[in-house]
Order: sequence, then C-alpha cells, then structure tokens
Amino acid sequence: MNIELLERYGPRMLEGLLVTIELVVISVVLGALLALPIALARMSRSPILRGASLAYVTFFRGTPLLAQLFLFYYGSGQFRHFFESIGLWWFFRDAFLCCLFTFTLNTAAYQAEILRGAMTSVPRGQREAAMALGIRGPAVLFRVILPQALIVALRPLGNEVILMIKGSAVASIVTVFDIMGVADLAFARSFDLSVYLWAAVLYLVLVETLSRVWNVLERKLTAHLAVAGTRA
Amino acid sequence: MGEALGLLGFGPDGWGDELAAGAWLTIRLALATLPFGLAVGFLAALARNSPRRWLRTPGNAFTTIFRGLPELLTLLLVYFGGQTLFTRIAGLFGGAQIEVSAFVAGLVALGLVFSAYASEVFLGALRGISRGQHEAGYALGLRPFTVLRLVVLPQLIRLALPGLANLWLVLLKDTSLVSVIALNDLVRETSVAVHATKEPFLFYLVACLIYLAMSIVSSVGIMRIERWSERGVRRS
Repeated sequence: MNIELLERYGPRMLEGLLVTIELVVISVVLGALLALPIALARMSRSPILRGASLAYVTFFRGTPLLAQLFLFYYGSGQFRHFFESIGLWWFFRDAFLCCLFTFTLNTAAYQAEILRGAMTSVPRGQREAAMALGIRGPAVLFRVILPQALIVALRPLGNEVILMIKGSAVASIVTVFDIMGVADLAFARSFDLSVYLWAAVLYLVLVETLSRVWNVLERKLTAHLAVAGTRA
Repeated sequence: MGEALGLLGFGPDGWGDELAAGAWLTIRLALATLPFGLAVGFLAALARNSPRRWLRTPGNAFTTIFRGLPELLTLLLVYFGGQTLFTRIAGLFGGAQIEVSAFVAGLVALGLVFSAYASEVFLGALRGISRGQHEAGYALGLRPFTVLRLVVLPQLIRLALPGLANLWLVLLKDTSLVSVIALNDLVRETSVAVHATKEPFLFYLVACLIYLAMSIVSSVGIMRIERWSERGVRRS
C-alpha cells in the first residue's frame, strides 16, 4: 500500500465516488419517470405509439452505452448552432450533463421493458375487478395494477441499478471524474496499478451495499405475501 | 444526403471499408471470447455446485467480483495488470518489457465478465435438472464424468440457452469498450472517421445501427438454436 499515493488521490477518489452516485441516482430516477409512459405506449392500442416505443426500446437496448454516449456527446457538437439558437448548448457541451442525458435515456428503455413485463404479469381479473368496483381511469393503474407490478419488478429493477453503477464507468471516457475517471488520472500520473484496485474496491462496496439494501427492501415490501410460518 | 452516402461508401474516399473492418474485428472478438467464457463459466458453476467448500468459496468469490466490477475497469486491470505481471515474470528470466496484445487482453477481460454471469445461468440450469437424473446415470454404472457428459450436459444446454443468449447480446455490446485500449473495433474505427470528416452524428449513428443489425441477426440465430435444442421435448 502506497501511503503517499493514497494521501494524494484518496480524497479525490471519494469525490469520484460521489460523482458516480450522483450519475446513477439521478439517471435511474429520471429514467423511471420516463419508463412508465414508454411502457404504457408499448402496451397501447395505437400502432403509432406501439411502433415508436418499440423502436426506442430496441435502439437503446440493442446498441452499446459507449456508442450512445459518443453519439450524443460528440454528435451534438455538429448541431452546435441549432442548440445555441434554442439556448441549450450549455447542456450538451457539459460532459457530466451529457452523460446524465444518455444514461437516463438508456436506463429508461431497460426499465420500461421491466415495467411492461411486470404489468403484463398482473392477472386480467384485477383490472376487471377494479372496473366492476367503479374505479376508473388512472386510479386503476396507480392503485391496482402498479402496486402489484412493482413487486414483481423489484428484483429486475435492482439488477438494472447495479448495471447502471457499472455502466456509469464509461463516463470517465468523456472526461467525467467519477471513480473510474479519478483512477485513470491517478494511474496516468503514477503508473501504479493499485489505484485501479482501490477503484475496484469502491465499486464492489457500492454494488454489494445496494444488493443488501435491495434484499431488505424486498423482504419488507413482500412481508404481506409470506405464507405464515415460512419466513422468520 | 448524397454527400453522406459518399462518406459511407467503400473505396479511397469513403469510410465504409474502415467501418466494415471495425465491425469484423468486433465480431471476431465476440466469437473468440464466447468459448473461453462458456468454458470458464461452466467450471465456475461446477465449483459453486460442489459439496466441497474449498471449491465453492473461490467459485462464489469469482462470480461476486466479476459481476460487481465495471467491465471497463476489468478490462484496464487485465490489460495493464497483465503487462506488469508478464514483464515481472520475464524480468526473473532476464527478459525485457512485454507488451500484452490488446486483443488477448480484451478477450480475457470480456471472457471473465461473461463467465461470471454464465456461471449463474449454468448454476440455475444445474439445479433445474433433478437429482434422479444423476442417480439414474450412476445406477446404469456410468462414471461421474460420463454422467455429466451424456446425461446432464444435453439437458443443461436447453435449460441454459435463453440465459446464455442474453449474455451473448450483452457481450456483443461490451466489446465496444476495447476501443479504449486502442483495439481497432467498430467504435474506434468510427472515431477515426469522425476525426477526419467532422461528421460525428452521422458516423456514430451508423455505428449504432451496425450494432443493432448484429443484435438482430444474433436474435434470429438464437431463435433457431433454441428451436433445435427443444427437439425431443414434447410441446405442450
């Protein structure tokens, strides 16, 4: 363990940890907000909505996150005049914001498919029962279908968050100083491989913490489903 | 529009041949990684399924680590770490600096990630094969390895196929990371084209569409393989 190296880059590494957490939390939350309308569009009766949402989901799930990031980060430069004229250039010029933008669109596609799968797993009778009780419109979705669907979606959503934590490392390639970015910087200056091992430990701790939290969450949320005596 | 087609064309003025060369490297890398990842993943699954603790613990640790690390970090650790390691070993024998080929580093790193996920798929499939199948094999007087080869493996393939197919699609996309260690894959060739033409949006969009095409072709192939693996299983 190189103490001098740790003194110099340790604090920056922790700042990088915060940047990684910020990237993941913001994009996963914004992605979730986008995912619901996309999932509903996927199940819609309108062929236009269905086609458009299918194209969106296929594109973002079928291409590498790195290629998407380059497409938006470098690609937006080509439309600089346009973005300047609508006053959005500051957004696409900023590597961090561009990463947020790309990650949000990407995770929205994955989350939409998870949600869609979960919503289809809710038996038809639930919707019919709700309608028979005189519940209408959005209340059927938000009070009856979604609460049951989210329990099914919980585990895959947790996996998606873990994939985002790992995937967010590509932000370092467009000069964002997340955990990976700081490790790259420290390695380029010191040629000491141990900086990558610190980064590895940080990522493992992050992923392991999340999966524990998720297990607790799952146990709490499904407590009412446990058959008496099967769970301590 | 005509200009864009010219840029994408083949020949000295277009970048079509460069992109094709990059796509070809991407495909080769993914195809070369697959057998390595499958073999290591299967061994890891056997270790994790073993009654012996000294096999189970390292198997589980291996899976936890390579499923938890970002693929990019694994790649750099293998690339730079391999370089340091081999240079040190060579140093013991009075050798000099050793360069690790980026292709091999990419293959090993992507293979490790693939195998960690694959071991999870294989483990699930192993547990899906009932104990009686093993016992029947032994009752027929087959040796353990023969039971594995003739009784377990054929059933395992069918159970593991959907999971492995997903991992193949993930692998195809993960290959894009090797552009970081200067391997001329599709993303890197595209970046070179972008540098020369100043048309980032066009070229990265085309690169994305090429990946998409690879995914779609793979999905069709996977569907055929799945149908083949289900021959002999009665359809309900």
